[in-house]
Amino acid sequence: MTSKPLTLAEKLWNDHLVVKGANGAPDLLYIDLHLIHEVTSPQAFDGLRLAGRDIRRKDLTIATEDHNTPTLDIHLPIAEPTSRAQVQALRDNTAEFGVRIHSLGDKNQGIVHVVGPQLGLTMPGLTIVCGDSHTSTHGAFGSLAMGIGTSEVEHVLATQTLPLQPFKTMAINVEGTLRPGVSAKDIILAVIAKISTGGGQGYVLEYRGSAIRALSMEGRMTICNMSIEAGARAGLVAPDQITFDYLKGRPHAPEGADWDAAVEYWKTLKTDDDAVFDAEVFIDADTLDPFVTWGTNPGQGVSLLDSVPNPAEIADPNERAAAERALEYMDLAPGTKMKDIAVNTVFLGSCTNARIEDLRAAAEIVKGRKKADNIRMMVVPGSQKVRLQAEEEGLDRVFKDFGAEWRFAGCSMCLGMNPDQLAPGERAASTSNRNFEGRQGKGARTHLVSPVVAAATAVRGTLSSPSDLEA
Amino acid sequence: MEKISTFNGVAAPLKRGNVDTDQIIPAVYLKRITKTGFEDGLFANWRQQDPDFVLNQEIYKNSKILIAGPDFGTGSSREHAVWALRDFGFQAVFSSKFADIFRGNSGKQGLITGVITEDETERIWAVLEANPGIEAYVDLPNQTLRVGEITARFEIDEYTKWRLMEGLDDIGITLQNEAAIAAYEAKRESWKPRTLPAKGV
Repeated sequence: MTSKPLTLAEKLWNDHLVVKGANGAPDLLYIDLHLIHEVTSPQAFDGLRLAGRDIRRKDLTIATEDHNTPTLDIHLPIAEPTSRAQVQALRDNTAEFGVRIHSLGDKNQGIVHVVGPQLGLTMPGLTIVCGDSHTSTHGAFGSLAMGIGTSEVEHVLATQTLPLQPFKTMAINVEGTLRPGVSAKDIILAVIAKISTGGGQGYVLEYRGSAIRALSMEGRMTICNMSIEAGARAGLVAPDQITFDYLKGRPHAPEGADWDAAVEYWKTLKTDDDAVFDAEVFIDADTLDPFVTWGTNPGQGVSLLDSVPNPAEIADPNERAAAERALEYMDLAPGTKMKDIAVNTVFLGSCTNARIEDLRAAAEIVKGRKKADNIRMMVVPGSQKVRLQAEEEGLDRVFKDFGAEWRFAGCSMCLGMNPDQLAPGERAASTSNRNFEGRQGKGARTHLVSPVVAAATAVRGTLSSPSDLEA
Repeated sequence: MEKISTFNGVAAPLKRGNVDTDQIIPAVYLKRITKTGFEDGLFANWRQQDPDFVLNQEIYKNSKILIAGPDFGTGSSREHAVWALRDFGFQAVFSSKFADIFRGNSGKQGLITGVITEDETERIWAVLEANPGIEAYVDLPNQTLRVGEITARFEIDEYTKWRLMEGLDDIGITLQNEAAIAAYEAKRESWKPRTLPAKGV
């Protein structure tokens, strides 16, 4: 008897099934790794206390501080009272329940989605959850990684399982070779522009094809990170030698016989040849340009060579109205060339694009140059480890000589929860993941870009690609 | 959660329809880091602005049962709305119509949401106004609400009723699968990562 061909997502689901739900009840899945941060965990810990419950598997749980933390003067107490209270609550809760924590000032502190992979805790074949929608990042290793709510955080703490309704599968096929100056960020922005911010709803996306296989782990993480911006439950890339090489020797990577057993299993983690996806999307990597957003959701993006679209030419009335509202908020006229848009701030950071490779790529562009007048550039490493490594490589010097600010690790200007915010009306080229109204500060305007576009923009002062720079 | 069977308590009339969760608890109360202590946020705007609001009256300070108008709990999905009702002391809310998300959240937190008819709601309000502070009697197994001479049968879905009667929250239900979870853990591969003991520190 031959078994039914399966997609990678289905294999991962089946391998974590504890109880199959009957009569419409959800399946119960085992959770291999639970990441925690200060914003979505306080009520979960309080719930445990109220019910007199303990954490089932402290050894599968790890916490760090990222959303509320400042990126300057980190030795001082956090100034904003609610931020300080949330961080202190996490410290108290992890101490009380015996959970490992990497606090501000610790060399392993950083954005939760950067910390997991760098410690080697994130690996193929796992289920990974965190009370944060960008948990999809970890799918880059061939794991099923999902963002969850506070009640679910409590559920996982207490049971190490989660009741989940089945999903549909979508293949995102990206074939071809990216041109110089085009990167993973441009792929995912193009994908979201193509399928829209709701196109992934109910699906687990699997990114496939030669352009994906050619990407580094950092690039794959950038793509999986933004799966949620297409509305997807999760995003995945099948593990391969690039994955194994990235993991080997990291602090928590398997060793010896465990490593061999793991790799043997990991090599089975790919979609069977005859498996059928519920939906398929095709992207041509050969012709892809650098991609930037013009509007107020991540699906409102165009090629950097293009212009701000004219809402009058959008057929769908809802989309047209959304575009009109977006252009008003963004203070942009239809037909404006994207490259003519001047920004005040360039933000290089976030769980999307603040890993060492992102910093290297941007540093390569700004090296030996000076930032444009009136531009403020903030470089915020994704973790303290990334910061230390960058300093070892001299990247901090490159950025400082260019005129950029070199900060400590955290979520920073990706979201308005900490001191790093834009002023009303300010415009940023940002390597983060959300260009929602007010996301980077009340009244702030965001253009999502790749690290190299961010760097080139900081040189010229207007949205630019590296090819726009004089040699 | 505690098992619920029958109980009695003061019933308060909330003679308003379309009570959305922003009214049940305004957004300013959402910054808390605890899951309890939301009672001061319950209907905060109404309690602060209207001295005659029902819950400002001394006889209703210890209410356990709320008799509300139609479309209760619409709007934002905030779990805090249920926490606020629960923390104030409410064990049951009755209305002719509830918003889905609010009703789902209530079931998870041990708050009964019973559907009675609009006619029954009106008649119960009349009894409460004639006898302020009167106690009502709730019988979950038989799905009845008794106020004075009126006995109303309320609707609640079987799964939620079962969970409330058994005192099971989602976690409690999952823990009924303890043997299956333990069996799964016993066969988990040894290469899978553990955060403890900490490495790389």
